[in-house]
Amino acid sequence: MNSSTSRRRIYVPGDTGARSLGADDVAAALVNVTAVADNGYEIERNGTRGLYWLDPLLEVETASDRVAFGPITPADLDTLLTPDGKPNTQHPRHLGNVEDLDALKRQNRLTFERLGRTRPASLDDYRNNGGYAGLGKALAQSPQDVVETVKQSGLRGRGGAAFPTGIKWQTVLDAEGNQKYIVCNADEGDSGTFADRLVMECDPFALIEGMTIAGFATGASKGFIYIRSEYPQAISTMAQAIETATEAGYLGDDVLGSGTSFHIEIRKGAGAYICGEETSLLESLEGKRGTIRFRPPLPAIKGLFGQPTVVNNVISLATVPIILREGAEFYRDFGVGNSRGTLTVQLAGNAARGGLYEVDFGMTLGEVLNDLGGGTLSGRPIKAVQAGGPLGALIPPQHFDTPLDYEAMQTVGGMLGHGGIVVFDDTTDLGALARFSLEFCAIESCGKCTPCRIGAVRGTEVIDRIRAGENADANRILLDDLCDTMIDGSLCGLGGMAPLPVKSVLKHFPEEL
Amino acid sequence: MTQEAEIREIASQHAGMDGALLPILQAVHERFGYLPPPTTGAVADVLNLSKADVHGVVTFYHDFRTKAAGKHTIRVCRSEACQAVGAEQLAGHARKRLGIGFHETTPDGRYSLDPVYCLGNCACSPAVMIDDKVYGRVTPERFDELVD
Repeated sequence: MNSSTSRRRIYVPGDTGARSLGADDVAAALVNVTAVADNGYEIERNGTRGLYWLDPLLEVETASDRVAFGPITPADLDTLLTPDGKPNTQHPRHLGNVEDLDALKRQNRLTFERLGRTRPASLDDYRNNGGYAGLGKALAQSPQDVVETVKQSGLRGRGGAAFPTGIKWQTVLDAEGNQKYIVCNADEGDSGTFADRLVMECDPFALIEGMTIAGFATGASKGFIYIRSEYPQAISTMAQAIETATEAGYLGDDVLGSGTSFHIEIRKGAGAYICGEETSLLESLEGKRGTIRFRPPLPAIKGLFGQPTVVNNVISLATVPIILREGAEFYRDFGVGNSRGTLTVQLAGNAARGGLYEVDFGMTLGEVLNDLGGGTLSGRPIKAVQAGGPLGALIPPQHFDTPLDYEAMQTVGGMLGHGGIVVFDDTTDLGALARFSLEFCAIESCGKCTPCRIGAVRGTEVIDRIRAGENADANRILLDDLCDTMIDGSLCGLGGMAPLPVKSVLKHFPEEL
Repeated sequence: MTQEAEIREIASQHAGMDGALLPILQAVHERFGYLPPPTTGAVADVLNLSKADVHGVVTFYHDFRTKAAGKHTIRVCRSEACQAVGAEQLAGHARKRLGIGFHETTPDGRYSLDPVYCLGNCACSPAVMIDDKVYGRVTPERFDELVD
C-alpha cells in the first residue's frame, strides 16, 4: 500500500511505566509481524494513556480512530491485524476505539489532554493538538494580565501545598530583582505519584510552554527544572524537547520574536527526598547540601541565589497553557469550593486498575477507588488508603465518602497533596507502615531541626516498644505526644507530616500498632 | 592523566555554571562510577570552597558513592505503593538471591544492591531498577530471570 495516500501507524507507548511492562519487546517484535510490514504500517512510540492495567496498550490507527489492544505481549501480535491489514476486532485483547474506553470517558483530561495521543518528541504533534496556543495568547497580553488570568482560574499548587499559583506569581512580578527565576520542582519523590513523570516523558512541551508563560508573566528570563535522578528517561526526554523548542524559536533570547528572553536548564537531583521541599531544592540548585531554609523570606522574594523565584510543581506549570488558551473561566468552572479545575489522581499500590485519573475536584474518594479503580488488585477488601504521599494519613473506609477537595480532605485528617492514592488491602500490617513513615523520615531528614532529626528516630524506637508489648499504654501516650512535638515544632513538611500516618493509625487502627 | 588531573579537568569544565558543585560531582561520579578519594580536595580547590563544604555535599546525597560499585546497580523500591503489593518480600528475596544486604556488592563485583524510595512506577508495583532500566510487577521469579 502507498503510505503517502494512506499513512498508517501503530502506536506503542514508550514511557517508563509501559516499558517496565515490556513495551520495548512488543515494539521490537512488531517489526517482524508480516501483516504489519506488508500493509505499510509505521511503528511509532506515543506516551502511555495512563491506564496501566492495560499497558502495553497498542493502538492501530484507522481512518477515523485508533483501535486499542491491551495488555499486549509479543505472543499476541500475529493475529493483531487481519490479512488485509485491518485491526482484528476478534482478537482477545481487542478493546475497541481507544477514545471510547470507559476509563478515559469518565475522566476530564485538561492538563493531560494530549497524554498518549501524541509522540512526546514531536513539536508538530504538540502544536496540532492545542500546544503553544496559550503562549501565543499570553505574549499578546501584559504580564499583569497573564498573572490575573492564572489568579482567576483558581489554580493552586499541585505539588501538595495547594498555594494559589497566581498569588505566588504576583509576588514575584512585584518583587525587585536583577535576575528572577522560574524553578520547576520535578523532584517527584512521594510514593504513589507519577504524574510529573508522565508530563515530562509524554508531553514535555507542555511543561516548557508553562514555564515560558510563567517567565513572561513574572519577568524571569531563566528557568531551571530540577528532576530527580531516579527519572533518567524524563531527563533525556525533557532535554531533547528543550533543544527542539530552542531551535524552533520557542525558547531563547527572543521568544517567537516577542522580545522576551527565556532559557531553561535541567538539573539532576542526587537522591535526596528532602529536595522536593522547595527551599531545600533551592539550596541543592545552588550546589549545597539540601538543608531547608527558614521562611520568611519566601522564595518569591528571596529565592534562588537570593533572587525572586517562582517555585512551581510540574503539574501546576503544565496546566498553565490550557488556562491561557481557554481562559480562566473555562478552568474555574470545573471543581468544587476552593478547589477549582481538575485533580490528576494517581491510583497506585494494590489497585485493580491503577493509573492516571484526571477528574474534577469533588469526586469522592470511594468513587475513585471502587468505580474507577475497581477495588484491590488482590481482590480482597481495602483496609486503608494513603493519600498525598508517604506523609499522608492512612484513611479508613468509613471516610471514603469524602470528596476530593483540599479542604474536605483536611476535615478527615487527610490531605490531597500531589493526588497520589496508595491502596492497601486487609492483609496489610498498618503498624509496620506507621513505623516505616518515621523510619523513612529518619533516613531522609536533612538534619536541620531537632524534632525531625531526633524525633523520627525516637519515634521508631517507641513504636518498637509498643509492638513488643513494653509499657504499651504509657508508650502510646508518649508516641502521641512525640508526634505532636514533631508536627508543631518541625521546620518543614517532612518532620511536620511524617507523624500523620502514625497518628491516623493510633486513631483509626489502634490494634494494629 | 592521573585520576586527580582528570577530576580537576571535569571540575574546570563545569566551574562556570551557577551552583556548579552538584553537576561537577555528578560528572565525576559518571566518569568513575563513584567519587574517588582525590575528589573532595581537587573539586574544593577548583571551586575555591573548603574541603568541608564539598565533603558535606558528598555525604548528604544518597546517590554519591565513595567506593566503587558493582558492574550493575540493582535498586529495589521499598516505598508504600510497592509495599502494598509485596515489595518487602521481594527485597528479602533479592538479598537472599544475591547473597548480600542493601548497600553491598556481590563478591564477584557483578551487582550492587540498593534500596530506593520510589521510582515513579507506582501503578506497576513492585518496581525494580537495574542501571537505568525500570521493571514493573516484579515477582521473585521475574527477579531471578533478570539477574541470571
